[in-house]
Amino acid sequence: MAKIKKKIKTIRVDADKCNGCRACEIICSAFHAEPKYSSVNPARSRIQVITHRLRDIWVPVFAGEYAEAECLGRNKYVIEEKEYDECTFCRASCPSRNLFKEPDSGLPLKCDMCEDEPPQEEPLCVQACLNDVLIYEEREEDVEEEVRPEDLETGLKLLVDKYGPQKLTDTLIRIAQKG
Amino acid sequence: MRYAETGFNLEIDLSSGNIEKIETDPKLTELHLGGLGTSVKIHWDRVPPEVKAFDPENLLIFSSALLVGTPAYSCNRTIVSCVSPQTDLLCYPMMGGFWSAELKYAGYDKVILRNKSPKPVYIWINNDKVEIRDAAHLKGKGAVETQELIREELNEPKAQVAAIGLAGENRCFTASIEQSRSSASRGGAGAVMGDKGVKAIAVRGTKDVYLARGAEFMEHMKEVKAYIKFRNENPLKDVMTILAGIGSPQEMLHTDEKWHVESFAWGNARERRKNFWTKEIEESWIRSQLSAVKRLISCFNCPQQCGALINFGDTQRYMMKCFSKLTYGMAAYVDNLDFSWKICQRAFEYGVDSFSTPQILAFAVELYEAGILTDKDFAGCPSDKEGRFFWLLDRLVRREGIGDILADGTYWAARKIGKGAEKYDHNTIKKHEQMNIKLGMMDPLYYLMFSTNEKISITQIEGNWPQVPFATKEAREDFVKDWPQLPDEKFKQYLLNWEPRGEYANPYYPTPEIASEIVDWMEALHNIDDALGFCAGMASFCLKPPYHLHNYPKLVSAATGMDLDENGLRKIAGRSRNLHRAFNNRRGMTRADEKPPEDHWKHRFPEIEENLLTTYYKFKGWSYDGIPTKEKLQELDLGYVAEDLEKRGILKDGQN
Ligand code: SF4
Ligand code: SF4
Ligand code: SF4
Repeated sequence: MAKIKKKIKTIRVDADKCNGCRACEIICSAFHAEPKYSSVNPARSRIQVITHRLRDIWVPVFAGEYAEAECLGRNKYVIEEKEYDECTFCRASCPSRNLFKEPDSGLPLKCDMCEDEPPQEEPLCVQACLNDVLIYEEREEDVEEEVRPEDLETGLKLLVDKYGPQKLTDTLIRIAQKG
Repeated sequence: MRYAETGFNLEIDLSSGNIEKIETDPKLTELHLGGLGTSVKIHWDRVPPEVKAFDPENLLIFSSALLVGTPAYSCNRTIVSCVSPQTDLLCYPMMGGFWSAELKYAGYDKVILRNKSPKPVYIWINNDKVEIRDAAHLKGKGAVETQELIREELNEPKAQVAAIGLAGENRCFTASIEQSRSSASRGGAGAVMGDKGVKAIAVRGTKDVYLARGAEFMEHMKEVKAYIKFRNENPLKDVMTILAGIGSPQEMLHTDEKWHVESFAWGNARERRKNFWTKEIEESWIRSQLSAVKRLISCFNCPQQCGALINFGDTQRYMMKCFSKLTYGMAAYVDNLDFSWKICQRAFEYGVDSFSTPQILAFAVELYEAGILTDKDFAGCPSDKEGRFFWLLDRLVRREGIGDILADGTYWAARKIGKGAEKYDHNTIKKHEQMNIKLGMMDPLYYLMFSTNEKISITQIEGNWPQVPFATKEAREDFVKDWPQLPDEKFKQYLLNWEPRGEYANPYYPTPEIASEIVDWMEALHNIDDALGFCAGMASFCLKPPYHLHNYPKLVSAATGMDLDENGLRKIAGRSRNLHRAFNNRRGMTRADEKPPEDHWKHRFPEIEENLLTTYYKFKGWSYDGIPTKEKLQELDLGYVAEDLEKRGILKDGQN
C-alpha cells in the first residue's frame, strides 16, 4: 500500500491536574450540537471524566471506536495504590456500558478532534480546560493508506445489526416521505 | 421550546407519594428569572405566615437556576429554600458541587417537596423516571457515606446525590445538606429535610439544555474566559492574599492563615489572638495542611479549585471547602490544625453547618465555665479541649442530654437554659449565629448588610467593594484605574475619598447616602447570582469578578432569547428582593429585628446607625419599619403583595 503523510493529532492528558469540573464535557456536547452551541448535554460528550471522588480518581477519557461486542476479558488497573474500575481507560463505545453513546438513540459517539470548517484553533475541550490538563499536540507521520468507513456507515451498520436491513430500509423510506 | 431553563418542576407530595411533572409559566421567568427568584415566588404564593418549619405545609424547594447547565463557567448553584426552624424566616442555603446541573439535564428546574413521608425515604430522579425509595437501611448513616451507598445501590456512578446525616434526621437546627464537595448549610434546611423523612435526593440526567442564541452566548463567554485567565494570573495588589484572587476563598490552597487567625475571634466569637501566627505555628500548620489535602477540586464547570479531598491519617476520606478548616479549631481554642481535619470529618458526616455549630459548642463550654451548665450536664465529657468538642458534637447531633437543647442553636438554647445564659448568646442576628468577627469601629456598609440582608449571614453579602479602605492615595488610584465591574463611574470617587482615618473614614464615611448606593449594588448582585445560579466567588462575593452587571444581561439574553438590559436586570433583582422581604415581614420581621450583635464593634454610634438604617430604608422604598411601601411594590409589579400586606395590617394606610 502507498505511504501517505498524515497529521497525528494528540491530546496529552495530565490527569493529576484535573479538578473534575467537566467543562470539557459541556463544551464538547455544545460544539457538536446541531446547530452549533444550540444545546448542552454532557451525556453526549465525546470526552467523559471518569470520577470517583473519594478514591481520588478523575480520568478524562475520549471516545474511540465503536465495538460491536464487549471484550472477552477485562482489565483492572492499580496505579499508585488507586484501584481503577474495569474498563476505566478504554475508549470504546461498547455494549458493556453506557459511555460514549447518544442518550436517546444509543448510537456510538466518537471524538473527531473537533474537525471543523474553517478549522478550530484547538479542540474545544482543550480550549475549555483552564487547568492545563488537556494539551493539544500535532505532528506529521508517514503512514500506510487505508480505507476506513465513514461515521455514517458505522452508525448505519449498527442499526442494521440491531434492527435488520428490512426494518431499517422501511423506516428510512417512511421518514423520507414525511419530509 | 424553553431556553436555558427546562420549563418543568417536579412536585412531590411525600405523604401520598404522588409525583407530578408540572410545566411552569414562562411569564414567571421574565419576572423572576429562576433559582432563588422563582423559588421565593412559590413560597410567597403557597406558604402562609402561620406555617412553621416543621409543619407539613412548609415547602422544601431544591432549585437549580436559570443559567446552570449552560457553558457559563462557575454556574452550578443549588438553592435550597424553606421556612427555617431557627429564624422562622425564609432560609436559602446554597451549595455548589454537581447536583444542580444534573437536575437540569434530567429535565427539571426545581424539586418541590411538601408534606411528610411516613417512613424514611430517598428520591431517585432518573430523567423522566422518578421514584420514592425506601431508606430504612440508610438511617443514621453519614451524609458523605450515604452519597456513595446510593450510587452503589443504584449502580449509577454518575448520579449526583444530596444527603443529610444524623443531624438532619434528628432535626438539629444547624443541620446541613451535603453533596459531593459542597454543603447547603445555613439556616437548618437539613432539619426540614429530615423532618419530611427524606434522607437524600439522587439525580441523573441525560437530556439537553437549550440555548436561544448559542453562538452569541459563546462569544460573550470568550471574554469571560479571558478575564478569568487574566485574574488568575494577576492577583490584586494591596489586599490580603485571600481577597486577591477569584473564586471562593482558596482555603484549601493557601496555607498563610495569619489574617484569619489573628483578625477573627476565637472561642464563642470572643477573643482576637494578635500574636498567634508564630513561626512554629506557621510551620506546623503548613505541614498539617499539606499532609491532609490530597487534591484540590472544583464544582461543576468551574476552573477554580476551592475544595479539596481530605485524607488525614486514618480518618475516613471526605471533602472540604472554605472556612470550615478554621471554625472548629478556633472555637475550641485548639492550636493544632490536625484537630480541624479530624473533627470536620465527623461534622460533615453528621451534616452540620460549620459556622453555627462550632459556636454553639463554644457557647456550651462558656456556660460550663461560668457555672450555668453544670457537671451533671457535662457528665462523661472529657476535660481536654479537643475531646470536649467531639463529645459535645456527638451529644448535639444525637440530641442527647444537654445536646438536645444545644441542637436548637445558641439563641433558643440560651432561652431554654436561662440563668443568665442569654448573655452568652451574643453573636446572633435574627436568631442565627454569625461569623466570628469582633471589630473596633462601626462600619456603615457592614452595619447595613448585617442588619438588613435577607441572607442573614454576612459572609455572603459583601464582595465587590473592598472590606477596608486602602492605606494610601496611590493604592486607591491604582485600584480604581481598572474597575469595569462598577455600576457607575461615580463609585470610583467614593473609593478615592475613603480613608482609614479622619472624617472620610468609618463611622462617618461612606455617608448614609453613599453607603446605601454601595450596599444596594452589592445586594442586587447577590440576588442576580442566586437567580442565575452563579457561584458568588466568581461574581458577587469577589473583588473585580469575572461576572458583573454589564455582562450578565448579555449572557441572559443570549441564553434565553429574552433581551434583557441592565435596568431590566436590576429591576428583577429588586422585585425578588422585595418579595422575599415581604415574605419575612408577613412572618413578623420588622425594624426592631434589624441590628448587628451589640458587641460586634467596640465603638458604636447610635445616632449614625439610626440614620443609616432610615436612609437605607428610604433609598430602598421601604417604610420606617422596613416594610416595602405600596408605591415601591406597585412599581415592581407586586401590587398583589401590597394588597396582602395591607389586608394583614402590616402595611398601614398612609405609609406611602
Ligand atoms: S477533541 Fe473535540 S470531539 Fe474530541 S472530546 Fe474534545 S471537544 Fe469532543
Ligand atoms: S475541563 Fe480539564 S480540569 Fe475540568 S474535568 Fe475536563 S480535563 Fe478535568
Ligand atoms: S469558585 Fe470555588 S466554590 Fe465557586 S464554583 Fe468554583 S470551585 Fe465552586
